[in-house]
Amino acid sequence: MSYEIVSRPHEQNFIDWSKDKPEVLVLTADLTNSCEVGRWRDIYPDRYFSMGMAEQNMLGMAAGLAREGFEPWLHTFAVFLYRRPLDQLQMSIAYPSLKVRLMGFLPGIMTPGGVTHQAIEDVAVMRSIPNMTILEVGDATEAESILDIAHAIDGPVYIRALRGEVSRIFPKNEPFKFNTARILSTGSDITLITSGIMTEEALRAVPLLQEKGVGITHLHVSTLKPFTDPIVIKALETAKYGVITMENHSIIGGIGSAVAELMAESGSGVALKRIGLKDTYAHGASQKYLMSEYGLDAKALVGEVEKLMSQEFNISESELVEVRTVSVHSSAKAEAL
Amino acid sequence: MSDSRAEKLDIVEMQRIASGIRKRVLAHTISNNGGYMSQACSSAELLAAMYGGVLNLAPLDGAINPPNFIGVPLVGTPSVKNYKTGAQFHGVKGASLDRFIISPAHYALVVYAALIETNRLREDGLDFFNKDGSTVEMIGAEHSPGFETTTGSLSQALSQAGGIAIARKIRGETGKTWVFMSDGEFQEGQTWEALQASSFHKLSNLRVIVDVNQAQCDGPMESVMSIEPLVDKVRAFGWKVSVVSGHDLPELTSVCLEESNQPHMILCYTDPVRGLPLLNERRPVLHYLRFKSSEEIAKYKLAYEEMVK
Repeated sequence: MSYEIVSRPHEQNFIDWSKDKPEVLVLTADLTNSCEVGRWRDIYPDRYFSMGMAEQNMLGMAAGLAREGFEPWLHTFAVFLYRRPLDQLQMSIAYPSLKVRLMGFLPGIMTPGGVTHQAIEDVAVMRSIPNMTILEVGDATEAESILDIAHAIDGPVYIRALRGEVSRIFPKNEPFKFNTARILSTGSDITLITSGIMTEEALRAVPLLQEKGVGITHLHVSTLKPFTDPIVIKALETAKYGVITMENHSIIGGIGSAVAELMAESGSGVALKRIGLKDTYAHGASQKYLMSEYGLDAKALVGEVEKLMSQEFNISESELVEVRTVSVHSSAKAEAL
Repeated sequence: MSDSRAEKLDIVEMQRIASGIRKRVLAHTISNNGGYMSQACSSAELLAAMYGGVLNLAPLDGAINPPNFIGVPLVGTPSVKNYKTGAQFHGVKGASLDRFIISPAHYALVVYAALIETNRLREDGLDFFNKDGSTVEMIGAEHSPGFETTTGSLSQALSQAGGIAIARKIRGETGKTWVFMSDGEFQEGQTWEALQASSFHKLSNLRVIVDVNQAQCDGPMESVMSIEPLVDKVRAFGWKVSVVSGHDLPELTSVCLEESNQPHMILCYTDPVRGLPLLNERRPVLHYLRFKSSEEIAKYKLAYEEMVK
């Protein structure tokens, strides 16, 4: 299956969206072009604040601006929003529940930048922070429509954002809906819950499994906190053989854990298989290479379905639909990171 | 002095406030067998100057009762929008008025005492100190009298005040945004990030007053982690820096009201046993005063009686 590839879906969309919102500011920490807000800065220079490589202060100043009624949108790599400045994030922004928007680019293992640039436990950390809302972009349509969703939330919002060349999986006229999963297929054998870029990866395998007679309810989830969507809860209760989660994140504390919590609380008796990083850091290499190395790919999904159903489907790697892979060097990115 | 308010400042009244702060904190420390006493000794004049006239705050109708704690700010609830911070003790906000952000929340007891002495917090406010369900918390948070931010994790106020100062600059407000800091906070990296960002963004509406008492939790700062030469360092970060004796009210107030086209920091070098020489017996660790014996309590009671004579 191939999708339309949208180059820099955030860049112009954010410029257009901000036009009639004078309260919207942008703060960056020396990754302005890398986070697709270089042109935004040039168009709205009075609303743009360069904070340099000093994230603790950037979060604090964002808090002060938000207290005064402005809506700062922080653009940097995800790791720099919660690892180094976690205390500032919690005490200056989350405790007072301020309207600060944290645009975290390069979620999970999307970058050859290696362990220092790969946000593999951000959802786990953010889920444990009171008042925090967590959203994840899964395609170009969501990159465009997530802005209204975040804007409407009266508290801090952390967004796992996508940049560069992004597939359009969902029709443009089907925008992001808060706390509402997209139902991509229905079936009673397996419930598959995917988020972010893992949805596109899962879609390589799902049609092949369906051809083999496997009934799959496949949900794409973009609101990671709160995690109270009745569509998700229902799908967890109806899976005959089990539930599989697939996330571009550690299997500890992310969607897999959130699903496990819901299943345990509802007394669901089926098994859960979590696809994601198995309590390990990764390293610098291409996204495709890392997804294969750490078992975050379509092949891993087929394997988990086979285990749950105690069957072998004899699906070869060549059969798994070749999706496009983003080249490391692309004109849609400011640098190869 | 270029501010017209300078002529109206009442130094004698400020001295009364400072003396009142020391008395109240000592009385409280004796009756509770514990308190942040050295902080009161070092910062009494500093807070007296701020609340006694340096700050351009809206007057209150009268002293406010310390409210009960009504809960934390919670996303998705109406209370978030209308959450009342302890800034209500500083009067209504206004474009031409000053803001005052307390950074070292461990000074809460001293701040509460200053608010009582300036008729902003009810006379019996300290009776609620560290009592369950009260906002008069030991380490103040944004619901506590005088507090607008939650800064018990030290060195986070200056960045937040910088954000407030940027917002006020965008809106063209003339009031200043003041931050009260302790010298220990200059050991934290965030302080220096905030200093560089404030001068980079030309926040000439930002003022910082520092209690340089050279004492911290583990003991004298020189033995824990030296921050000197502070004046040179802060100046190198693009700030206007003034150094004053933190107990000299005429000098302190005069410097505070100077105009500046840069962010301005006033380093108040202070004595952590000022007005209570008995505290010298506790050196080198002055951070918190808890009595070790009934004899010691008796000595402090005598000192209190001397103080109120």
